[in-house]
Amino acid sequence: MSGDILLLGLAGVLASAGPVLFAAIGEAISERAGVINLSMNGMILLSAMGGFAAALATNSVVLGFLAGAAIGGGVSAIVAFSSVTLKQSQVAVGFVLTLLCRDLSYFLGNPIMGRPGPRISMYPIPLLGKIPVIGPLLFRQDVMTYLSFVLIAAAWLFIFRTRPGLALRGIGEKPAAAYARGANVSRLRYLYTILGGAIAGLAGPMYSLSIKAGWKGTISGLDGIGWIALAITIFGGWSPIKVALGAYLFAFLQWLGLVLQSALPGVPSQVLQVAPFPLMILTLLFVNLGNAEWVATALSRLPEKPRRALAKFLRAINAKPPAALGTPFEKD
Amino acid sequence: MRESRAMKIAFQAAAVVLALGLSTLVLVATKAPPLAAFASIARGAVGSWGVASDVLVAWVPLLLVTSGLLVTFTAGLWNIGIEGQITFGAVFATWALRSFQDGSFDPTLVITLSILAGMAGGALWAMLVGALKAFGGVNEIFGGLGLNYVAIALNLWLIFGPWKRPGVASMSGTVPFDKSLWLPTVTEQSRFAPIALVLALVAIAIIFLLIQGTYFGLRLKAVGKNPKAAYLLGIPTWQYTMASFAICGLLAGLAGAIQVTSVYHRLIPSISSGYGYMGLMVAMLVNFSAALAAPVALFFAALNVGSIQLPITLKLDSSLAGVLQGTLVLFVIMAEGARSRLMKKGGRKP
Repeated sequence: MSGDILLLGLAGVLASAGPVLFAAIGEAISERAGVINLSMNGMILLSAMGGFAAALATNSVVLGFLAGAAIGGGVSAIVAFSSVTLKQSQVAVGFVLTLLCRDLSYFLGNPIMGRPGPRISMYPIPLLGKIPVIGPLLFRQDVMTYLSFVLIAAAWLFIFRTRPGLALRGIGEKPAAAYARGANVSRLRYLYTILGGAIAGLAGPMYSLSIKAGWKGTISGLDGIGWIALAITIFGGWSPIKVALGAYLFAFLQWLGLVLQSALPGVPSQVLQVAPFPLMILTLLFVNLGNAEWVATALSRLPEKPRRALAKFLRAINAKPPAALGTPFEKD
Repeated sequence: MRESRAMKIAFQAAAVVLALGLSTLVLVATKAPPLAAFASIARGAVGSWGVASDVLVAWVPLLLVTSGLLVTFTAGLWNIGIEGQITFGAVFATWALRSFQDGSFDPTLVITLSILAGMAGGALWAMLVGALKAFGGVNEIFGGLGLNYVAIALNLWLIFGPWKRPGVASMSGTVPFDKSLWLPTVTEQSRFAPIALVLALVAIAIIFLLIQGTYFGLRLKAVGKNPKAAYLLGIPTWQYTMASFAICGLLAGLAGAIQVTSVYHRLIPSISSGYGYMGLMVAMLVNFSAALAAPVALFFAALNVGSIQLPITLKLDSSLAGVLQGTLVLFVIMAEGARSRLMKKGGRKP
């Protein structure tokens, strides 16, 4: 494989990671505020269909993306209302919505199935695009991919370097303390669940208006993406930079699967496509080992030195969710 | 007390009306005639003996997985991995049928073996989710989801690889088994096997008794309500986690085995047909009560079978059934939240 083809492949990896990146960072924002948004998988399908339909009707990709964000925000508003106001199980509501949105997208998308429509195009940045290696990799992409780079930095800065970001982490970790310090927990949870959903809602149109342009119903190949995004949120420890690394790793594996497929013609493509899932389980196992009781017991039997080193290593890779994740807040 | 019961029914009725209303809106949005669509679903479900027996065929796996899910839900666990457990059961059942189909064994024995193998396969796959949860700290939702995709990939690999049809491998599945290895059906053309229905009804009855009438069920409830408190009371929570996954997997595997031996008579790529996720919806809708599971599962099966004809009669996608089911479950959950919120406010008054 020559260098140019490799570079083109890697640039494609950065672009194809975009939707998962948007979805997983959106989910991370929502979960940081204490709300699990399990509707992700269906919501991405619905925003892909809705975004494509809007772009088709208006002949404007911008409106297509806005429609996707609106659908994501709207579905997430139902999650927020059911969990924050009605105090119902976030997992239950999210799971029902994920199936409902999937079926809605297939049902409503039936008339526009297979229709050709608008799509976004490459927008190489004039001078930067000429830089060797970095140019083709980072600066010969489409607008949404550039936006995904910006999102990583912006989300990280917001969550870890601003006062509202501190409040966001507070309502997910210790809502009672945040409330005592003047944060309106319920209102903020609404805000960040809907904001996170709107960001994740951009993932759908990124497929239907760019990466897998068009709407093809059940064979769109988008069913499952949302679950991967949810797993990557955990994998990335709810931090935008690590989440982004997870999204790139996932896209890289999928690309590797495609490359390997031509080398291993006997293996059906469906098998290589699922490679990220066992990997996800192994990673979750790996990052959670430090929380398991039998690991602690086993560690305590080891001599001092290796025990310290191992414990330190386990702590370093450990991912702890926001303490109040999934639990409703009662201000009594 | 009576007033609160009436309130509950009123809220649930409102949820049903809202669900129907929203589904009607969805139909209107696609310029489809709502009444004709609902009528088509009804005719497709009970219009003839043929379709009515198809509803029973769909009821069997749905009831089996719902029964299993009632156990995991009672233990406070989200067994989203149920789809993979059905698939694994189907794979194991197919493996048993393939191994013993050469005619040297009694067909009844082979069918029985394949059903037992299917149950073992489902339980194995479920206990893997349980072990990941109990010993690895991997949330059962993600462990289960990941294993779903692994099971589906394994199934596809078998169909396109080692078990492919002589000549050409295809999405239509493996070579159909000999008729002697099919579960006996009521008539030659029908896919309805009364034995399968009996198995499903026995399963839900056993689960009902297990949860409501045994010490095991009581402790399972304790684990589900508050695992920490149950652990402090001396209940070994990990054993109950593993046991509930095993029971659920047995039933999911049985559902998969029945799909192979009595419905498709071969292994196909989408052998689970989404019954696992639908079972989760049924369990949520009946608020995890075993008594209501059978009728609600029957209703969901009727919606699914009834909508199969929609693309032909009205050029609508058959996912309308899923829209109806989804809106129904969503509004019932939300109505329950609204009710308890209103009741609490009322209770605070002097």
